[in-house]
Amino acid sequence: MRSEVQFQLNGEPVSAQVAPHESLVEVLQEQFGLYGARESCGQGLCGCCTVLVDGVAVSGCLQLAALINKKNVVTVEAGLTLDPVQEAFIESGAFQCGFCTPGIVLMTRQLLDENPDPDEDAIRHYLSGNLCRCAAYPEIIKAVQLAAQKRRKT
Amino acid sequence: MKRATQAAETPQVGRSIPRLESWLKVTGRAEYVHNLRLPGMLYGKIFRSNVAHGRIKNIDVSAARALAGVYRVVTGKDIQEVIPEPFYGPAFHDQPILALDKVRYVGEPVAVVLASDPHVAEAATHLISAEYEELPAVYDEVEAMTSKAIVHDVLKPAGTFPDLKHLQGKKNTNLALDFRLRRGNPDKAFKAAARVFEHRFRTQQVMHTPLEPLVSVAECTEDTLTIHTASQSPSFVRIEIARLLGWAENRVRVRVPFLGGGFGAKLYIKLEALVSVLSLITRKPVKIALTMEEQFFTITKHASTFRIKSGVDAGGRIVARECEVWWNGGAYADIGPRVTQKSGFTAPGPYDIEHVAIDSYALYTNLPPAGALRGFGIPQLVWAYESHTDLMARELGVDPVAFRRQNLLKEGRPQATGTVMHDAATEKVLDRLGALMDWKKPFDQGKGTVRRGRGIAVGFKACISNTTSLAAVGVNADGSCTVYCSTVDMGQGSDTTMAQIVGEVLRVPAESVRVVHSDTDVTPFDMATLGSRSMFHMGNAVKLAAEDALQKINHLRKELGLGPDSAVPEIFRKKYGMRAGSVMGTASFNPPYTPPDANGLTDNATPFWMVGGTGVELEVDTETGRVRITRLVNVADVGTPVNPKIVESQLSGAAIMQLGFTLFEKMLFDDQGQLRNASLAEYKIPGFLDLPDEIVNEAVAAEQKSGPFGAKGVGETATFGLSPAVANAIHDAVGIRLTELPMNPEAVFTKMQSR
Repeated sequence: MRSEVQFQLNGEPVSAQVAPHESLVEVLQEQFGLYGARESCGQGLCGCCTVLVDGVAVSGCLQLAALINKKNVVTVEAGLTLDPVQEAFIESGAFQCGFCTPGIVLMTRQLLDENPDPDEDAIRHYLSGNLCRCAAYPEIIKAVQLAAQKRRKT
Repeated sequence: MKRATQAAETPQVGRSIPRLESWLKVTGRAEYVHNLRLPGMLYGKIFRSNVAHGRIKNIDVSAARALAGVYRVVTGKDIQEVIPEPFYGPAFHDQPILALDKVRYVGEPVAVVLASDPHVAEAATHLISAEYEELPAVYDEVEAMTSKAIVHDVLKPAGTFPDLKHLQGKKNTNLALDFRLRRGNPDKAFKAAARVFEHRFRTQQVMHTPLEPLVSVAECTEDTLTIHTASQSPSFVRIEIARLLGWAENRVRVRVPFLGGGFGAKLYIKLEALVSVLSLITRKPVKIALTMEEQFFTITKHASTFRIKSGVDAGGRIVARECEVWWNGGAYADIGPRVTQKSGFTAPGPYDIEHVAIDSYALYTNLPPAGALRGFGIPQLVWAYESHTDLMARELGVDPVAFRRQNLLKEGRPQATGTVMHDAATEKVLDRLGALMDWKKPFDQGKGTVRRGRGIAVGFKACISNTTSLAAVGVNADGSCTVYCSTVDMGQGSDTTMAQIVGEVLRVPAESVRVVHSDTDVTPFDMATLGSRSMFHMGNAVKLAAEDALQKINHLRKELGLGPDSAVPEIFRKKYGMRAGSVMGTASFNPPYTPPDANGLTDNATPFWMVGGTGVELEVDTETGRVRITRLVNVADVGTPVNPKIVESQLSGAAIMQLGFTLFEKMLFDDQGQLRNASLAEYKIPGFLDLPDEIVNEAVAAEQKSGPFGAKGVGETATFGLSPAVANAIHDAVGIRLTELPMNPEAVFTKMQSR
């Protein structure tokens, strides 16, 4: 039943034996010990399971692991140092419980790649698929703006 | 005081330092029970009742048992082989670990499948079938008072609360608590009043939806049990599991890392008893992680009905108030009876009223259980009394701010219970709210199809009492400090603020202080992380423990002939001849409390009061009924903030959460008690697009003299006034009065049409 998939995970070539029904989040957690992408709503509506597949943010709880062969997967754990987005989230206090944070960090990076200087309205719309029950939304908006500034400086 | 080496050169309390666990959270490496996997672990998946009320005739698990990969299927009868009386709960021992004779709501756990692959366990639950003899059910809290459908054959109060004793063994009732308060002579006062107003309000059932759904793991050895759980109340879990098993408390260990949100959902026993028994049955580690859908069948917020009546004299003073509140507790009491009483006594609001009658009823119904949700019942009460206040001001033709100001409960005046108000900045909160809302300036009401309105509301809350917190603070041989406390950081920032308190006392940077997460083998007893109590109770305990450690260090200095400025490492080196040793400061904090008498009166109802005011400016689209909040003002008395940034986040986050309960969140049940919208696809919580255009948060200059460095709790305060402020603003905008939550476009539009 299991098939082998080979893919790039945070810059390293890896392989995994996956069942047809297994999601990418399950495989990341069970086989690679990466817990930053996490299942919450299970319907692709909250953004907690966000990972980048070939540079595009996807809901890892809906992404079948079997289809990840030859793809490039990036999770929030990638990199050994904090990037400007993560620094800005810390400085702005843009999280409380932290459960949704990895997904929002990854979406913010994608937003700033597409639009280096988003206004508040653009930020709200771009991140509208990420839910935060602690409702740190105002702080997140400030963090995104701060991250944009930091990225423009570097 | 002169500072030791490694000393902090700035005060630690009052600094907006980033959370200590920031790096862990932005890199996805924070520890949650969600992440935990143990070798040989089984996953449990729950088979649930599909009827609201019924006697269990038969549960057929044979097909599930036969499925390849299924380790075991467990029903209530199997549970009883380990625990003959498997009933738990903080107020009533009414909730079975798995349903036994009856099921009492749709979604109640009936059986569990265990398998090493959670998908197999899940698939097997679909092969279980159960037969029920259906019984009449009751869903409405007011009907439950007189309904012939009786949810529990016999009431079983836990016995720990004196005010529940009279309910022991009662039959043929759904009433789980009838709190009563009588002050003065309301009947006479109503007769003498110039005007009498009476209104009725309702709130809907909603759910906490923490994004980390409820999750627990248990592992047993020969004679011990370790429970890793996303819980706000590790000490309670230990006591309750030990009680259920008949074990000594020291055989049960409860560990709690970070929580992915709590909001009151993760209190008392949720999955802990179930995973414990399953681990004891199988002798393997067992994990149960609920899905988002299953959370809706586990714990919710009380729906409620509130009838409120006020008598006003010719001068505009409220002289009498009658409050009747019905709390829809669902099928199991959970903490509902405490909500009924501990919040019930504040039902007359922050007003100085001579004659008061309160009846507050906790009721069983055939719906998912209700507990505490960010406010412990207070938002339901403020919704009613502040809508009522606004309606009275309108009828009387007086300004709503001035009407409140005239009747406000001021410092030194007795609240309805007779407890005198201290350190409750009601006047400052109302005055700042008026100022930040520019209340005296004319307001543009809009024209055409979009009308604008504004409204305010003020609420207050008594911190739940009688409760206890213990803490220990260790100072290591190098001078570094470790805090041991069972307060759970579920996002409110307690690790950081506790470290700030220790840093302030011991003059070390808060960032250098390590806070050990709840582990009942290590961290001392704490009542629970709930009701905005931790900053006050645990903050005081931690401060006292740090002071105790400091005293012990100073004692060592004296003993060793070292000066008062001597560095901590020097003390230990001199004492032990090497880098060795440590001191441990300990403390317990249990503020005084007087239980209410038969009339609900007490001179000491609470150790502190929280005061929150909300102002709202909004637009109503008269063609669609859609409400858009353009400006939201949160003003609160939080004492003196330990970390102003965290305080602001708590105020703003609480208000936005309450905005969901105000404008759209609602659990929808059909006439069979079946929940229709148990998913985030159909039950919408606030997102980025629901934010008000502008949010202003202000903590008024205040001090809680009995709090640690003047601080007190803040987690719930901004939930109090939001819903009525919105209703009052909608009334201002389009002249309609909504008396039921949520105020979604359908409700607004329908009401406008029926004018």
